[in-house]
Formats: sequence, structure tokens, C-alpha cells
Amino acid sequence: MTADLNSFAWLLDRLAYEPRRNGKLALMTDYFRRTPDPERGHALAAMTGQLAFANAKAGLIRSLITDRTDPELFALSYDYVGDLSETVALMWPAARPRDGIGHNLPAPTLAGIVAALAEAEKRELPTLLADWLDQLDETGRWALLKLITGGLRIGVSARLAKTAVAGLGALPTDAIEEVWHGLTPPYEALFAWALGEGPEPEADDPAPFRPAMLAHPMEDADFDRLDPAAFSAEWKWDGIRIQASSGLDAQDRRVTRLYSRTGEDISGAFPELVEAMQFDAAIDGELLVLREGRVQSFNVLQQRLNRKTVSARLLAEYPAHVRAYDLLVDGTEDIRALPLSERRQRLEALLAAKQPARFDISAELPFTTWDDLAAARAEPGSVGAGADADAIEGLMIKRSDSAYVPGRPKGLWFKWKRAPGLIDCVLMYAQRGHGKRSSFYSDFTFGCWRTGENGDELVPVGKAYFGFTDAELTELDRFVRKNTINRFGPVREVTHTATSGLVLEIAFEGLQRSTRHKSGVAMRFPRIHRIRWDKPPGEADRLDSIERLMVRTSATGSEPEG
Amino acid sequence: MRPHELLTPTPSGLYCPPADVYIDPVRPVARALITHGHADHARAGHGAVLATRETLGIMAVRYGAAFTQQQQVATWGERVRIGEVGFTFHPAGHVLGSAQIAVDAGGLRIVASGDYKRAADRTCTAFEPVRCDVFITEATFGLPVFRHPDTAGEVAKLLDSLTLFPERCHVIGAYALGKAQRLVALIRDAGYDRPIHVHGAMEKLMGFYEAHGVPLGDIHKVVAAERKTLAGEIVICPPSAVQDLWARQLPDPVTAFASGWMRIRARARQKGVELPLIVSDHADWDDLCATIREVGAPEVWVTHGQEDALVRWCAMNGIRARPLRLAGYGDDGEADGEMPTAAS
Repeated sequence: MTADLNSFAWLLDRLAYEPRRNGKLALMTDYFRRTPDPERGHALAAMTGQLAFANAKAGLIRSLITDRTDPELFALSYDYVGDLSETVALMWPAARPRDGIGHNLPAPTLAGIVAALAEAEKRELPTLLADWLDQLDETGRWALLKLITGGLRIGVSARLAKTAVAGLGALPTDAIEEVWHGLTPPYEALFAWALGEGPEPEADDPAPFRPAMLAHPMEDADFDRLDPAAFSAEWKWDGIRIQASSGLDAQDRRVTRLYSRTGEDISGAFPELVEAMQFDAAIDGELLVLREGRVQSFNVLQQRLNRKTVSARLLAEYPAHVRAYDLLVDGTEDIRALPLSERRQRLEALLAAKQPARFDISAELPFTTWDDLAAARAEPGSVGAGADADAIEGLMIKRSDSAYVPGRPKGLWFKWKRAPGLIDCVLMYAQRGHGKRSSFYSDFTFGCWRTGENGDELVPVGKAYFGFTDAELTELDRFVRKNTINRFGPVREVTHTATSGLVLEIAFEGLQRSTRHKSGVAMRFPRIHRIRWDKPPGEADRLDSIERLMVRTSATGSEPEG
Repeated sequence: MRPHELLTPTPSGLYCPPADVYIDPVRPVARALITHGHADHARAGHGAVLATRETLGIMAVRYGAAFTQQQQVATWGERVRIGEVGFTFHPAGHVLGSAQIAVDAGGLRIVASGDYKRAADRTCTAFEPVRCDVFITEATFGLPVFRHPDTAGEVAKLLDSLTLFPERCHVIGAYALGKAQRLVALIRDAGYDRPIHVHGAMEKLMGFYEAHGVPLGDIHKVVAAERKTLAGEIVICPPSAVQDLWARQLPDPVTAFASGWMRIRARARQKGVELPLIVSDHADWDDLCATIREVGAPEVWVTHGQEDALVRWCAMNGIRARPLRLAGYGDDGEADGEMPTAAS
């Protein structure tokens, strides 16, 4: 296969349909293996969000197709397909290679397109684009249009794409993360390194990402096994885990970046934090919204997430803050190999010396026995969390002598979450899953009772597709098949009256108001906790009892609807 | 005689009053002419059936030998007279035995083309354009977005996936008559010579094709106890079985689906398909248009599918055209493997 955009398009097409992580990895690694530089590097850039084509808008594509097709036929087609890029890709009147002769011109490469777009003036764009569309096949046209309009959805995270590169050889993905932010497309040195054909690329980025250390859930058996004296404990805040990395480059200019847990650069959304990072360090911490010193709930923080830029109003109403857990780099010294207790002392010293605004340290909780911690977990307010107790997700328990090890090493860090919320709901709809589960009804929509115009009715409150065992899934699937009352494509409606139907005990981490849901509530991490084969649906919970839970679990409640 | 006096749509199907016969009737009638063996065109219970030898054979396989009281074999190009009307069967290239039926009387010729395709297919006789005054065309894929790719590329997609995921069973949903056999032939032509495993519902038709001179290689019926051992193998089953209990025991299956509908991503995704294979038994948009030009008919009647777009295209090209609203075709999922069209 030639290394042109058509072959990258084939990969994107396959990735878009492949639901499995391992399947996606195999497809990507295979592509990277048989595609030469620099094409594969540009492909990696496209999949990690490092390619930005700002010029092409839907309007341009519309005008190109309008010049080439009958408006009525286009309207009928667009109406049927429902996606502009796909409609244009399929309708584009290119010569078809059906008689085996093929196209006159070779298809463009991604590398060629990147280079041409970098130099092109805006007025040249229509001609360039039309020529490429002439030279590509249907899948190639679809991929090009999706790439240049930014509408590509293939279910691949940057992390997964890097893991596929690591899969070319024996590198751990975290090793790639360490050097990633110092590299630029087309990543020739990275591929050479991954294939064992070159040295590790120079990481001369003064503010790189260091892969995060993660915790295991605390199990009941752990308490007997582990000695409380070897551990320290702190609150687990319900924000987002971040890394604040700042340093000076060769010209002594400050380079400052805020990374998500997976290494995504989110600096642009938090300018006030970037401004506050006047230190040479890499801090691991939790991003929170603080109002008058009080930690707000995750619902409030959500207003700041997933934004590329931020308005003055959002900055004022949702002020961001970092609660520091750990220090990975002190000055230019990588201290990840030091024990946690020493890193913590360094962190305290750094924050005391620099006093950066919007940063504070996560308090350590005094305890001698696991029972002490159990009490703190049950009622954070009683052990100093005060009014912030609502924003506490549980406890973090860390070995005081633990080094900072990327990934999820065993036996070092534990998380002990607060008991989840539980409600009894009634199964209403089921949908078939994907991949291994494609023959099972494994996505379940459930509802609670409310008073409607014609008496009690069920209103959907959420959807869950995990929490059950394989054996339970088989039973749930059988229940769905035997109790179907309606079919809508891949969805089945199952019987749900007060006397017949199935009650599911749903566990969840939080509730928030939502205008997008019919019920007005949205759950965080809902999952099936127990199947209540014994319980009549009429005895399931009512919406107003959920609303009462919401009042209790959400914070001050000043957030706008949305 | 005017065209609508020779052939006219009725609730039972396309009717020829001067000969008192129906073409592909959807209800039992005294005398039926059948274009091909798909269940929405070929139903049991007619008094007499005129069809190609292969179509009669397929109907017997599906409905039993007593599917009609009286059978008459139509031979390619041979005019059969019924009253004042002549009926001539010409190959349609859709499935084994599939025919267009040319109906002529008093110097007027209407061709009812049934379902047809123009793409190469060694499992049936190729479509033969017949010049006529009125051409009745299907429009299953009658939108300019339906342009079927080269089948070799689609089969390559399947074989690439087998190479990349040798531990996974590749289960392909395909309609039991025509699509399944064509798919096997395409896979064989790509050089794959391992046994191909088929669902029990397909076994008889596979044998029927073989007996009619279409070699398909080593075909193996899947038995329940063996399902777990089919890692790395190709399994073909009816579309409904892919996501049914039947497929559950297959080892880590990659779900594929062979259909012209797979061209549209939202459709493939809605079906939960992981490996869409765009292989169709119907003419795509370009072939529909090319065929209409080729038969040279000044008038075209468009039926089952996306009539509006094709009627529009005819108007743009100076050809008189109208939709022929015939009920009952394709809507039971037979047209192209359980995918009802948006229009029906």
C-alpha cells in the first residue's frame, strides 16, 4: 500500500468503527510500522491533536460542492446522509478507477497537504482543496474534509496514539510521554527511537509533562495487611488531577504549562494559574474552584473544563486553584526517586518560599489506626474539612517512603472513596453493546417514579453499562429479550410498570442538575450495584427523593443552569 | 397501446391486463412471472409461475417443490406469447437466475428490470441492456452518494483484518441468497482457500449454486459445538444472526456486514458493525444512470428505493420519468440484507 492520504484514511475509517482499545492499538501500530517518515509522523500529529488547519470552514466545502452538483440532488443526499463532509466525499464527481486504470494523478500525502496548507494563502484554498478531492478516493476525501474542518471523531486519545508508537518496540508509553512535549511533527527521531534504530530524543523542553502516579482502590483485606504507621493520608478532592510544570528555557524565558492527568496541555483554559506559576518546579495537584476560600463541588468546576479559551466573566465567577499533593521537580532537580516524605518537605519549602497565588498544600490527616481514617472518611467535616466536606471524594493513603512511579504501581498509593450514593431504579430500555458485547443487551437506561398527568410514571434518570458480572449480564440479557415491549433500531424497551419489570440498585458518585435530561438530574459514574430481582418496580425510588439527595450533595448551588 | 395499458401497478403487483399476468406479485395470483428468487419478489402460492430454471429451483429450495401448481421455464432471449403479449427474459446480473422481463405488444416494449447490477459477478449471468420504450428501474441505491467501491478493495479490508487479528473470528452478515455466494466467490478470487464457515440457513443455497456451476471452494456448515473453535476463521451468516444468540459463542468476533448500505457511516454504526464491507447486489447511482442512458428509453418508471433523486436526474437529462409506487418490495428486509430503506 502506498503511503498517501488514502491509506491514512483507511486507518481512520477502521479506527472509527473499532470499539476495542487493543484493536485500535493493533491498527495504529501496524500503520506506523508500514508507513514511512514523514507521513506517519504527520498522521501521529493528526491523531494527537497537533495538526491545526484553521482555514477551511463548512461554507467553503458547501460552495465547492454547489459548483459541482445539482442543488436538489445535493439536498436529497445531505438529508439522507446527515453529515456534510461525508455527503461531499461521496458525491464528489471524481473519475472512478473502476476499470482498473486508476487516477491520472497520484493521491496527495498528508505530509504534502500539511506543507501546502502552511504556505497557502486563503484565496488559494478552494483550488488546492478541489484538486486534492479530485485525486483522492471516497474514504480519502472523507478523511481530508474531516481533518481540515476539525470534525474527526475516531475515539483515539493522544495517549492511545502514543501507546501505539511505543508498541513498535519495547518502550513504555510513559517514556514517550516524558519526551513528547519537546518534540514536533513529523517525529522522525521518536519513531527511530521506538523502533530501536536511534537514541532517545533530546528532551530540551523546560516544562515537560511527567506521567502521573496513580492509586489502587483500598480493599477490605488491605487493612489487615498494611501497617498504618508506614502511611500518610490526605483528602481526595473531587476536582481534576493536574500537573503544573514551569521552567526557564535556554534564553532564560519562562515556559509554563498546565497538564491534565493524561498529559494534555490545558494551559489555555487557565490563564490565572499559568500567571501564578512563577517557580521552577513540577507540581502534582488537584485543580479546584475556590470561592472565598471554600472548595466548590465538581459541578461548579465543570464550567471551566473543556474550554480552549476563557472569558473574563468565567475567570471571575469560577476562580481556579491548585491544591498541591506532590513535587516531582524542584528547580531543575528531578526528585521523583526520593521518598514521599522528603518530596513533601521540599514541596512545603517551595510553597513557603515562593508563596504562589492560587496554590496551597493538601493537608495531611493525623491518624494512628485505620479506624481513625474510617471515621474521617465517614464524616470529613468532623476532622477539619469543615465546609469543604462536600467536595471531598474520599481519602488518599500513600506509603511515606514511596518514590513517584509513573502508572499504577502496586502497594504504594491507595484511594479510599466515600461510600457511593445508592438509589433503586427501574429498567426501561436496553441497547446492545459493542465488540465482545455486541450480542448482549448491555447498556441499560433506568428511571425513577414521579407524579405525571395520568398518575405515577417513570422518567429516565440515567444509563449504566457496567457494575455487573458476566453471569449477571447473561441474566440481564435474558430478561431484556423475554420482556421486550418495543424495538427502536438497536434499542429495546422493556416492560416497566408498578408490578412488572426489573429494579436495579444504582450506585453513583454525585448528582447534578441538568437541563439536557428529561428528569432534570444527571448522575456521575452510575453503575449497577445490585440487581433487585426480588423488588417490585412500584417500590423503586421517586424523583423527589433524588432531588433531596442532590440538595444534600451539591455545594452552595449558585451555579447557573447548564 | 399506451404503456399503462400494457403494464400497470396494482396492490398485488405489476399487472399486465391484456395477458392477465403479474410480474413479481406480492399476493397469490393465478399466473405470475418472477424476476428472481428473493422472497419479496418470489412468493409461494401462485397458480402458475414462469421464471428461469434457476429461479424456479431457488423457489423450490426455499418453499418446497409444491410452491406453485404449475411451473414453466423461461429461457434467455426466448419470446413467450401469452395472448397478444410477448414476454422475453434477459439476464439482470442481480443473483443466480435473476432476469429482466421485456414485455411487448403492438410495437411497444417495456422492460421490467427487477433488481439488477452492473458490477462484475461470476456467480450469475451479467446484465444485458435491452433497448425499450419504457424502462422500469429499481432505485434501491438511487442517491448520488451511493457509489460502490471496487469489491477487491473491500475483500482486501477483510483479509487485512484477518492478518492483523488472527485470534478473532470474523463473522460476516450477508443475505443468504446471492450476497453470501458472491462474497465467497470474491474471497476465493482474492486467493483465500481455507474453509469458509456458513450458518445452517445458507447451506442449501450454497449447494444449489455449486450444482449450477458456481464453484465456491470448501464450504463448512457451522455446528453448535464447534462455534468456540472458529478463532481466525471466516463465518458467514444471515444478518439477523450476527447480533443474535447464535453468534455469541464465536471467539472474540469481529462483526462485519456486507451490504451497499455500509457506504453510509451512520447506518453501519447504528448496526454496531465493526468492519463494514461495501458489497452490493444492486446497481449504484452511476450504474443506474448509465443503464438508463444505455437502454435508450424515452420514458422511465422508477420503483422501490430512492425514486425522487433518480426522477430528478432523468428530468435533468431530458428523459420523461415518474415514480412507480409499488408496495411490498424491500420492506421486509430482503432487498439488501435486512436494511429497510429510509424512504419505505
